[in-house]
Amino acid sequence: MSMIKAEKLGHVYKRLNEQGEVETTKKALKDIDIEVEAGDFIAILGHNGSGKSTLAKHFNAILTPSEGALWVDGKDSRKEENMWPIRQAAGMVFQNPDNQIIASVVEEDVGFGPENVGVPTEEIWQRVEESLKAVGMYQYRKHSPNKLSGGQKQRVAIAGVVAMRPKCIVLDEPTAMLDPSGRKEVLKTAKALNEKEHVTVILITHYMEEVVFADKVFVMDKGRIVMQGTPREIFSQVEELKRYSLDVPQVTLLAYELRKKGIDLPAGILTNDELVEALAAAYQQKGK
Amino acid sequence: MSLKLEQVSYIYGEKTAYEMQALKNINLEIHKGEFIGVIGHTGSGKSTLMQMMNGLEKPTAGTVRFDGQDIWEENFDRKMLRSKVGLVFQYPEHQLFEVDVLSDVCFGPKNLGCTGEEAEARAKKALAMAGVEESYFKASPFELSGGQKRRVAIAGVLAMEPEYLILDEPTAGLDPKGRNEILAQIAKLHRENGISVLLVSHSMEDVANYVERILVLNHGELLYDDVPKKVFAHYRELGKIGLGAPNVTYILHNLKERGFAVDTAAVTVEEAAETICKALKDRI
Amino acid sequence: MIRDITIGQYYPADSLLHRLDPRTKIVCTLLYVISLFLFSNLTGYLIATVFLCMMIWLSKVPVFFIFKGIRAILFLLIITVVFNLFLVPGEPVVTIWKLTITDKGIRTAVFTAFRLVYLIFGSSLMTLTTTPNQLTDGLERLMNPLRIVKVPVHELAMMMSIALRFIPILLEETDKIMKAQIARGADFESGNLVKKAKSLVPLLVPLFVSAFRRATDLAMAMEARCYRGGNGRTKMKPLVYQPRDYIAYGVTILYIVAIAVAVRFTK
Repeated sequence: MSMIKAEKLGHVYKRLNEQGEVETTKKALKDIDIEVEAGDFIAILGHNGSGKSTLAKHFNAILTPSEGALWVDGKDSRKEENMWPIRQAAGMVFQNPDNQIIASVVEEDVGFGPENVGVPTEEIWQRVEESLKAVGMYQYRKHSPNKLSGGQKQRVAIAGVVAMRPKCIVLDEPTAMLDPSGRKEVLKTAKALNEKEHVTVILITHYMEEVVFADKVFVMDKGRIVMQGTPREIFSQVEELKRYSLDVPQVTLLAYELRKKGIDLPAGILTNDELVEALAAAYQQKGK
Repeated sequence: MSLKLEQVSYIYGEKTAYEMQALKNINLEIHKGEFIGVIGHTGSGKSTLMQMMNGLEKPTAGTVRFDGQDIWEENFDRKMLRSKVGLVFQYPEHQLFEVDVLSDVCFGPKNLGCTGEEAEARAKKALAMAGVEESYFKASPFELSGGQKRRVAIAGVLAMEPEYLILDEPTAGLDPKGRNEILAQIAKLHRENGISVLLVSHSMEDVANYVERILVLNHGELLYDDVPKKVFAHYRELGKIGLGAPNVTYILHNLKERGFAVDTAAVTVEEAAETICKALKDRI
Repeated sequence: MIRDITIGQYYPADSLLHRLDPRTKIVCTLLYVISLFLFSNLTGYLIATVFLCMMIWLSKVPVFFIFKGIRAILFLLIITVVFNLFLVPGEPVVTIWKLTITDKGIRTAVFTAFRLVYLIFGSSLMTLTTTPNQLTDGLERLMNPLRIVKVPVHELAMMMSIALRFIPILLEETDKIMKAQIARGADFESGNLVKKAKSLVPLLVPLFVSAFRRATDLAMAMEARCYRGGNGRTKMKPLVYQPRDYIAYGVTILYIVAIAVAVRFTK
């Protein structure tokens, strides 16, 4: 069964004036068809304002479709009674690590979600321990979140979601406010959850280097999905990505420049090793 | 004409339980017209260093000199200093407060004692320098996009007409397009207006693309102070302190190990592509 | 600058007092505070002193930290002492110009000062040995009966704990905005009151904007984690009375009895 399925999904933001009448409307999402299989690692790319965060908020039933439909874990998000089950099935991690940690002690924050859904005390402790270990923050359980680094705070936020035992985790630009080492920490954690716990991960980002190991990448622009495919397929189209105001990883860009200069390289190179191997092969050939 | 730090140290929270040495014996001189990158991981002392330079924090030891004068001398005009050394904090859009863009940018010049007209003239000039179009001048700063807000905030500092501009991660949180635009704008300020720029950044690629000198800070110490090529030659040491070099540096070193005759000093994609091409051609 | 202010002055240590249930500490502190107003003789003070010293010793909190609490009420303390010294009628002891200090004045001044200081010591001891979260939990449980009269006890407690989490963040932010505006030539120090108040606008507007943004974000994050009020929630750290709590209540009652006896049988 698919974890997430959207059909012709559309969303319109309405801005009300003081009388409560609709003043302006803005179409943030149009005709989104998307299907995510359970256990996948999915990346959604797009520049600011491309609609990617609006889409993410639909996966967690924070927003509901204005047009079309969305099913999360087989539940129709348009039905109000499905709201809480969907939120439990699909956890969400937000951009600003400070604004999603509720408690003043790490372990209490991780316990917040399970408390909300009425998990018995003993099981909460068990879940908190497991989740903190899964993100590698167990030794910080008694700390105050204020004393942690950005990457560590974000890992605590992930643990808070993991403690709800979700089938899917949506990360909405979790690294946008972090430094490079924090960014690495968070990605490593997300990847480990996907591989070890088989949680479906949906990563929303504008950092190209972060999506290289995703199973599938979607590119959004002006509220629509404009490209989709494996990272290799996506990154072999450098010109098109640039048109959507996106970058490519530096190594892909270098390979692209070299191809332009007439060097015979495969398209869509993603890692340093791939490029070095391909160049070494070309070098050997020349030497003969 | 220079901004000079002589044996500057800073101890945060001296004689309390939280005592921490943020800067250790820093010596450096910044000349007019330079474009400098400052790199270091979070907590390396970058922010403190910035605040030393325009007198927001006072060193616990050592001297900061502006054009030769000690800025902590009793009758030194620090307000003047703050106008000459502009400081753009991280997420500067968080300091916007006025009803419209133009008034917000006027705040700085008015504090310096400019008349309303003067302030407005300066503000308009600064907004143009920061790449904000005139159609936004009367808009509320809170309703602009993230990238626009940041430009307005930078204009707020430019309106003080600084000779030195220090920016703390001016691209944090922006998407690739916003990032490239802001960096290009800063480079233009340096090129066309002759402002000395100090760019604090996490991104080695950004720094490599723009600056002509790099300062590397680690645990409050100035580890390297050199041109990018020489600094990135220490890519192994940089990696050890959690910083690293631009990705192309690693690729080039890898290729060299495989017998390529490449110049490993290249730090941008263009330079790297060139040296790889040359190596391949020379092979014949 | 602003970050020097410490709020929620918890002193981390592992003592009997730290381990007590917050409800026990709140109720006993309240009883102790009331007891201070029951007596005004030396025996009463002696008993209170012994009780207080014992608690301080049990808490493992350095005495220095407890004395720091006085700074907050120093002004009030001086005023009280001065008023009592000069305004209480009785046998004159010293006369300075038109002001007379009486024997009763001295007595009342000294006793009132001690009463105030003991009050602060006692309540500091509670806040120093209880984390803000435990305090909130304790208050929530103690006020639970008020739900019958529609007091939103859970919501109040939740608000309090969120405030405690965000106060340090907002203080840091204030510091940052202040510096950013100083870098733009703002002056927060000089000028008269009106000018000073006006100079706060560039600080307060961004701070409010930020606080609202954080509030919106936080509300969304809480909803995403299935928060829907206090109904049906379980507790990760439920409050359960331990034998030591009953002993603590016993000791406090013993103290109250001792005070009552002292009041009844001594003068």
